[in-house]
Parts: sequence; structure tokens; C-alpha cells
Amino acid sequence: MTMSSMPDQLLTPKQVADRRADAPHTSMFARMLLRAAVLRRRRAASALLAMIVAAAVATAMMNLYVDVQAKLRTEFRNYGANVVIVAKDGRSLPADALASVESVLGARTLAVPFSYAVARTPGGQSVVVVGTDFNRARQLNHWWKVSHWPDAPNQALIGMRAASVVSANRQPFELTFQGKAIRLAPAGMLQTGAGEDSRIYLDQSEFQNWTGVAPSTIEVAVNGTAAEVEDSVRQLARFLPSADVRPVRQIMEGEANVLNKTRATLYASATLIVLTSALCVLATLIGWVFDRRRDFAIMKALGASERLVNGFFAAEAAALGVVGGILGFFIGIGVAAWIGRVNFHAPVVPRFSVFPYVLVGSIIVALLSAILPITMLGRIQPATILRGE
Amino acid sequence: MFSRLVYESFRHQTRRKLLAGIAITMGVAVATAMIAVATDIGDKINRELRSYGANLVVTPQEDTLDVEVGGINLKPPSDGAFLNEADLPKIRGTFWHNNIVGFSPMLPVTVKVGNDSKDVTLVGTYFNKALSFGKQDFTTGVRITHPWWKVEGSCRDGRRAPPGRIEDFQGGCGWPSDDSQNILVGERLATKLEKKAGDKLEVSGRELTISGILSTGGAEDDQIVAPLALVQQIIGKPGAVRRVYVSALTKPQDALAVRDPKTMSPEVYDRWYCSPYVESIAYQLQEVIPHSHAEQIRQVAQNEGTVLSRIKGLMLLITFAALFASALAVSAAMATAIYERRVEVGLMKALGAGNLAVSAIFFAEALLLAIVGGIAGFSAGALLARQIGRSIFDSQISVEPVLFPIIIAIAVFVTFAGSAAAIRGAVKFDPVFALRGEG
Repeated sequence: MTMSSMPDQLLTPKQVADRRADAPHTSMFARMLLRAAVLRRRRAASALLAMIVAAAVATAMMNLYVDVQAKLRTEFRNYGANVVIVAKDGRSLPADALASVESVLGARTLAVPFSYAVARTPGGQSVVVVGTDFNRARQLNHWWKVSHWPDAPNQALIGMRAASVVSANRQPFELTFQGKAIRLAPAGMLQTGAGEDSRIYLDQSEFQNWTGVAPSTIEVAVNGTAAEVEDSVRQLARFLPSADVRPVRQIMEGEANVLNKTRATLYASATLIVLTSALCVLATLIGWVFDRRRDFAIMKALGASERLVNGFFAAEAAALGVVGGILGFFIGIGVAAWIGRVNFHAPVVPRFSVFPYVLVGSIIVALLSAILPITMLGRIQPATILRGE
Repeated sequence: MFSRLVYESFRHQTRRKLLAGIAITMGVAVATAMIAVATDIGDKINRELRSYGANLVVTPQEDTLDVEVGGINLKPPSDGAFLNEADLPKIRGTFWHNNIVGFSPMLPVTVKVGNDSKDVTLVGTYFNKALSFGKQDFTTGVRITHPWWKVEGSCRDGRRAPPGRIEDFQGGCGWPSDDSQNILVGERLATKLEKKAGDKLEVSGRELTISGILSTGGAEDDQIVAPLALVQQIIGKPGAVRRVYVSALTKPQDALAVRDPKTMSPEVYDRWYCSPYVESIAYQLQEVIPHSHAEQIRQVAQNEGTVLSRIKGLMLLITFAALFASALAVSAAMATAIYERRVEVGLMKALGAGNLAVSAIFFAEALLLAIVGGIAGFSAGALLARQIGRSIFDSQISVEPVLFPIIIAIAVFVTFAGSAAAIRGAVKFDPVFALRGEG
């Protein structure tokens, strides 16, 4: 604490000169940087901590900024289909429509076919019967509250309200469509609070055997940004000229709204945190200058120019920025991964591409924070300091 | 003497105090703003989620099945039960009426349209209807509950509707008024009928004016939407409503929410009734509207809870990060400010001050700084929160006054914690070195 540099053992000037004869002259600069950090460990550590916090928060934010949107989009996909393909003029879609939708959009989509018919109960009531692929419908419509999914032939999923009409006591029941009758066993109840409650759902192939009606609607959940969804809509429209392909605006707009607001809030918070961390770096650097005013006074007394001293301090700040940036980056990735696990129950993929930004940003923050301390450096008068005032 | 020391220290060492003061102010401001935003974000995002549309639907208790395929309603208009339009304003009389953003009645009927007498679904509803309940006046309708509906039509002064939110153009270009005989035609139906805004259309024998073309991306694109009163006239059933969509701000579902109110003990029931769960709001809607059945629209209601809790969780974690960064900044500034004054400590100790007296002076200074910085920071943070609210959510984020003592307490605590190590170092510092100038 008392003196900044103390030789390990006493050497004659000749020995010192000999020892350093073959070392390049520039190493003095690096040596001073390193010694300063080693000797003032606590001070350097607290400046570094501030730098690390700033860099870690920035890294975590940049990681989350991209990933949170992707994660929230996955949550939004729970709202169900965002694109609907409907055959024009009440006809059916071509038989290969589902296959072509899947070939166009690839793996990131879930497409569910639906076909509709109005059947009659023995009592003469009209009821809408829908044929679909239960496995797919189950994945697409997470919000469907289903007591039991059909798993055997001739089982049907019955909407809450339809149930009271066709099968109040959960007995098998009969439906007729254009004179053809079918006998169905209720597998479970479906509750959604919307139109589905009045319908009866059947397996697509059984439905088609009975009614001869092929799917007229395909509901698609396209993952991705608004632009990607638009793009998919255009591709599908080109591929299926006989159908209307349209985005579900209710879903798309709600999603865009919430995402934009969340993104803006994240951004504002990240800015505030980085600003606060910069303030912390600034406070620490001011303390550091004060702490080492004797070192700088000695440097000046030994003939160092103003520029050299400033450059030295700036180099110290930059070195702090580099080390803080690197450590902060890795901590930030860890924090982002942790937030991903705790909050979204899914890992956040580390993005190493943000590393250059974090590093350059840290150096800039460190240098900006160094401006005020450097002006203080200029005011150091070697004579007064060395006299001990 | 004690107070004079503290006072003089503030008078003469303005620069040092300024740095610490600014750090505390900024730290507290950021903390206040972040806490305010984090506590309010749930409500704000909840409102944004309302752009997904209504999360509750009220239907008559004894209703026949809906027979609807591809947007065409096949149910005969005489079939089934109706709700009474006169009961609807009572929705504003429920316990959670402040959480009800809006509601829209719907009356779908099948009508013959045009010269070739095609079957088309005509839906009667409120667009932006002025109603009153007790002393409250309010407006409600699809423009609130179905914000994704877009209408293209000429304004009264001939201008086109500007893009943007509904609230931005109250004039409502193309939207019919609720007491008019004007209608909206879905965009696909309009293409089929070769009609555009301003044309006349014959709907079951009546000549009606198309005030705008409606685009929703849903079934309404093949339908006609008209003021509720007009549709009631057409089918000759005044006051009839098939169903009501209600858009309400709700609390994410938890274990209590899904319990059956009939099996609850009175205290649990009160707690359930007084929480804005979608289930309890549905229950209250059934209470005020006779012979009705209210149900959550699971697609909207179930998902908003997850989205909401994710975003709230995220903001909470970020708020912790902000608090940590602020605490660090305050500590660093305090440590620096105290470290610079070791010589003073040496002098004080040389003159006979004990460790306790020296620490007391420093802590008193820190306390003063924390309170002044805390107050300034709290006001700055409140302004900051308001600014964030206004620029991101177009609405106020207000800082609860309850937060004030908490924030000040946190500021004092963090300042003390930050100073403690530095004060200990200063007190332990040998006066001999200090006075010899080897600080």
C-alpha cells in the first residue's frame, strides 16, 4: 500500500542495465501496465468487476434480445395456426395439398387438415362434423381441453355443447349424412369456448369413407418472424393456386404488438443497466487516478510528457475494457442461459457472433469513462504531490 | 462539532460529494424506474394481449348447436335462444368492471343478398356504441374488442383512412355509425359481388349503403357486418343477441382459479371471487346476465397467461440485474469518495479521535448523501418510468408512493454497504503514514 514499486533485492545499476539490455524497450510500457494491476489489486479488481458487470449485462441482453423473441414466438405458436389455407368456392383441396404444404414449408411448420360436413342426428338436428388428423390437431391446438383423445376406430371427439344433443349419457350414437349412416362412440369431450364446442370431430379417413368429403381447410402454424410468415404465405399461394392462403390477422397482429413492446422494454432496460455500469467504471477509475497520483507524479517528474501519461492511463483503461469484456462475455452467456432455463424452460443458444460488439463496446465504455480521470491527471503537479501535500 | 465537521465537509469537498451524489442519484433513478416498469409491465402487456381479441364469450344458457361451416351460418334465425340486449350494460356492474376493456354483442343471421339471392351471413354488432350503466357513460363494440378488423372506406370529408391505431382517428373512416342503415361488407364477399365502398346492396329486400370494406383475415371476410339494431329489424326480433364477446384483463390461471366455486369454503370463495381470474369474471358475467352461460375462449384466455408470466419473469430478472448494477455503482462511488480522504482521517486520529467517532462522521455523511441522492433519484426515476411508459406503451407508468420509503431504505442500505469496507480501511489506516503524506 505504501510504495508502488519496491525492488525484490538490491542490484547495482550495472546489473539492472545488463538484465534489461536484450529486452525490447517497449516492454517497459507493458511492464508498468501489469505491475500497476498487480500492485493495486483491490482497486483494479473493483474496476474490473464494474466492467465485467457492464459487459455481462450487455452480452446477456444481446443474447436474450434475439432469443427472447424466438422463445416468445414459440409461446405465441400455442395460439394455434397463423396461416389458413381454404379451398375456393366451397370445394375440396387437391388430394396432395397437405403433402405440398409440408414440402414447401419444411420442418418448421405444423399443418393440420380439416374437412367439414353437416350431418343429422336421429332426432333431425343438424350438427357439424369435422374430419381431422388427431395427432396433428393435438399439437397445433394446445388450448383444447380434451378429456380423452380418440384412440380406436369409430371413436369421436365431441364438443361440450354437441354432447348434450347427440350423446347426453355418453352412449354410442348414430349420425346420417346424405342417407349414409355411421355409428360412433364418444371417446372424450372437447371444450374450447368457441365454435368447436358445437362440433363433432372424427378421424379424417373414417370421415372420408363415410361422407366422401376431402379436406377443404388446412391450418398451418408457421414459425418465424412476420416477414418469414409473409414469405411462406406467398410461397403457398404460388403452390396452391386453387386455394385461398391467408394469414390469421388476429394472431399475427397480437403477436407483433406484444413482441414489439417487449423488445422495446428490454432495450430500454439494457441501456439503463449499461449506463449504470459505465458510471460504476467511471467512479472506480477516478479512485484509481487518485490512488496512483504519486506514480503519475513520478512519471512526470522523470520527464514523461502529458501525452505519454494520458496514453498510459488510456491504455490501462483499454486493457481493463478488454479483460472485462472477455470475462463479462462468458458470464453474460451463462446468465442468458440461466434466464432461458429459469424463465423459458428452454436453453438460450450462445451467440458468439456478438463477441466483437461486446469487446469493442467494453473498450469504448472504458475509454469514455477514462476521459474525466484523464483531465484530472492533467492537473497533477509533481512537485506538490512529491512533497507529500 | 460533529455536525460542523459534516457540514464543512459538504461545503468544501463539493466535487467529491458530487460524484458520489450523482452515482447514488443515477443508481436510485434506474432502480426506481426498473421497479416501476417491472411492477407495471404485467398490466401493460395484458392490455397489449387484448389485441388478440375477446377472452370470454357469453351465450344463452339453453341454446341449440351452432351450425356454421366456413363462415356460413346454417342455423335458422328462429332456432335457439337469445340474450336480451337490454341486459348488456349490466356487464359494467360486475365486481371486476374496471378490468372489462369492452364487449361486443353478435347476432348472426342468414340473408339473401343481391339479384341472384345468394345466402350470406349477416352479423349484427356494436361498432363503437355509446351506452350507460348507472352514472357511467362508456362506449364499446368491435372497434375495441376486435382491434385487428380493418375497414377501408372514404371518410366523411373524402379522405382515406390513415394507417395506424383505431384511437388515432376517432372519426372512423368507413365505419358505419351504430344507429345508421349502413353496412360493412367483407373483402372476399365484396370481390365476389363486385361491390365497393359507397355502393348500394340489396339485403333481404332492403337497399343498404356499403360504408366500407371490412378485412379481418377471418370468417368475416365472407360476411356482412351491420349495426345490431338494423339486423334485429331485419329478422323482426328487437333486443335479440346470440352471443356477447367480452374482453377482460385477467390474472394468469393458478391452482385456485380452476377450482369449482361450489366446493369452496366461504373465505376461499371470497378470495376466488375477488381475484380477476378469467373463471371468476365468467362467473360474475353469468350472475348479471339472466339465463346466460359465460365461458372462457380458451385459445385466447389460456395462452395469455403463459405469455404474460414469461414476460413478467423476464422483467423481474432484468430488474435484479439493474438493482445489482446500481448497487455496484453506488458502492464504487462511495468507496472512491472515502478513499480520497484518508489523510483527513489521519489528522483526525492524530488529534485524538477514536475509531468510532471517525466512522460516525463518515456514516453520517453517507446517510445524508443517500437521503438527498435517494430523493433526487426517486423523482428522476419516476420521470424516467413515465417516459418509458409513454414512448413504449402509449400510456402512463406511475410510480406508487409506497415505493418511496422502500427506495430510500434501499439507497441508505446500499450506500452504507458500499462505504463500510472503505470506512474500515480508512479507520485502520495508520495516522503516521497519512501525515507523512504516504497515503
